[in-house]
Amino acid sequence: MILHPAILALLIGALLTCFMMLYAGWYGVRILRNWDLQSGSELQLELERRTYLISTLVSYSLTFELISLFLLIYTADRLHILITGAMCAAGTLNANAFGYPLLLLKIVNFLLAGVWLIVNHADNRGHDYPLIRVKYAGLIAIAPLSLYELYYLYAYFSELHADVITSCCGSLFSLERPGISGDLASLPSAPMMIVFYVVMAATLLSGVYCYRTGRGGYLFSALSCAAFVVGIASIVSFISLYIYELPSHHCPFDILQKEYGYIGYPIYALLFGAAVAGMGVGVLTPFRTRGSMVQVIPVFTRRLITITLILYLLFTLIVSYKIVISSFRLGGY
Amino acid sequence: MNRRIERYRNILDFALSSLLRRKGKNLSLLGMYTVIVFFIASLVFFIQALKREAALVLDGAPDLVVQRLVAGRDDPIPVAYGYKISAIRGVSEVKPRFWGYYYDPVTRANFTLVASGDDPPGRESIYLGSGVARLMHLNAGNYLSLRGAKGASQVFSVQKILASNSELVAADLIQIREDDFRTLFDFPAGRATDLAVSVRNKVEVPTVAAKIAHEFPDTRPILKSEMLRTYASVFDWRGGMVIVLLFVAVLSFVILAWDKATGLSAEERKEIGILKSIGWETGDVLILKSFEGMVISLTAYLAGVCLAYLHVFFFSAPFFEQALKGWSVLYPQFKLAPFVDPYLLCVLFFLTVCPYTVSTIVPSWLAATVDPDTAMRS
Repeated sequence: MILHPAILALLIGALLTCFMMLYAGWYGVRILRNWDLQSGSELQLELERRTYLISTLVSYSLTFELISLFLLIYTADRLHILITGAMCAAGTLNANAFGYPLLLLKIVNFLLAGVWLIVNHADNRGHDYPLIRVKYAGLIAIAPLSLYELYYLYAYFSELHADVITSCCGSLFSLERPGISGDLASLPSAPMMIVFYVVMAATLLSGVYCYRTGRGGYLFSALSCAAFVVGIASIVSFISLYIYELPSHHCPFDILQKEYGYIGYPIYALLFGAAVAGMGVGVLTPFRTRGSMVQVIPVFTRRLITITLILYLLFTLIVSYKIVISSFRLGGY
Repeated sequence: MNRRIERYRNILDFALSSLLRRKGKNLSLLGMYTVIVFFIASLVFFIQALKREAALVLDGAPDLVVQRLVAGRDDPIPVAYGYKISAIRGVSEVKPRFWGYYYDPVTRANFTLVASGDDPPGRESIYLGSGVARLMHLNAGNYLSLRGAKGASQVFSVQKILASNSELVAADLIQIREDDFRTLFDFPAGRATDLAVSVRNKVEVPTVAAKIAHEFPDTRPILKSEMLRTYASVFDWRGGMVIVLLFVAVLSFVILAWDKATGLSAEERKEIGILKSIGWETGDVLILKSFEGMVISLTAYLAGVCLAYLHVFFFSAPFFEQALKGWSVLYPQFKLAPFVDPYLLCVLFFLTVCPYTVSTIVPSWLAATVDPDTAMRS
């Protein structure tokens, strides 16, 4: 294991997040088993009080999750000099079998925690705790994932070894090992570009329709999930090419670097924000008629749709602007 | 929107005034917290600065160094190897290097003797690194006697003192002519300490190294990237070890913070009781408590980071110098170049603010959910 301060920071962060999520999950189980709004028992009062604690814990976890997602990528990027053949985070994450699953797990956890907070927010607006069971059942599902994430984080970093000079041999040692490929498989850029704009346009249209009629929430949510996946695939496939102005450089991590004006941060923040809000619409839709949610969910969903659309629109605008102003042209690709 | 901002502003106002009301308790917490941030931040800044210095120094290093090993130990390499290596495609230059260490029993210091460089000193003359000159009170024009391998002393005149801006590299350096070097150490003819190889295309360096290793199995080629990597790992490892040790301090601080936050005084409980009875909700009290925590956290974080910056870049980190730089009689005196990386600030935030924040969540919640009547009655 490399004892880099950032690795320690990530491990501590993951440990804390995991601890908070498991604690919240444990009370989730108790709430699911004993919740009875009609009862005025001491246990019920205690559980009602606990809900405050749990939403605070989950919102802190989400914040940690968000910061640590970027910290992980940045750290992986910094560590590339320690690993033979790695050029940036893509290579470092590829250094062992845990790297990419860890990144994926972190993204999934972030999205799930975000959706949970949306449900929590809606539930807090209602006076009769209408979503309490859904919410805590969800929490019980998410909590083990954070444990899994901690395990992957530990496994990834403990398997990561710096290729340093040993007393017996220099580069011979490094050369015995196969180089780590920093290349990522990417989809062909021209068709991907069409798919990207079509999906973004479809999301926009379905969002406008859903906003005006209050119908088609599932379709909108599914489209915004698709837009998220297509967005990431497009970054790898063609957006990165325009940013780096290189026909062969598909790295989704280098855009976070100073050399490219940290453009990756707004791009990813918009994409992740839009995905969370868009998924939230789909999750809330089945409960729009439940109890006091009749008044809450339609208004809240509209707001979420607006947020999703604005974020995706900004994302598309930034990306298109980059493509238009770039002196790079994808002629033969 | 304005109303919401106004609400948060008012709660923040209240949080500040309530922190000020309990000055003693909060200042002691703040002090402890600042000290912890200060130590960890100093450490992180210091390691980063040393890594940068090492990278800057190694910037001028050759792409590839070829050493010869005999029974696993370094041995002078035949200069003839160099001719064969320069015939490998892609190699632009091979330079034999002559260098070694000289232990001076009077000052108990080790000097590095180097006999390469474009501008060698005259016969029986030397250039001195500023550290050596300082240690031995020598100036240009003075004489220095070195004891040779055969026992006889050789006297050298000091031709020049090397500029102090290269102190990190040149503090313990004595530059000497190649023939003087050979005589002094009785160095075998036709051999060099190692070979510095330059490669035209940097991407080809590993291939050239592989060819050398294949053609001369008794040598070990060392790439510049490997040197950089090793330095970075060593510094990271040292820093990481110290952070692990310091984390015990963070843990004890977290326990203290937990204790302070849980042990609400009767007055505080009453205050919360009154707030709730006049219409504050549990959520508001939670926000109030988290604002209090944030004010303490951010103040300590900022103060700690600023103090660490001064400590490392203006006072050369007296607290960590011995542990992290290594030690030697003849140590270069150098000031680290001030440099703060936003990434490191984020790492520091995770290492210090997160544990504290988590430790205050449960106590804040306990305070916020207290029943107004019980609170006021107590």
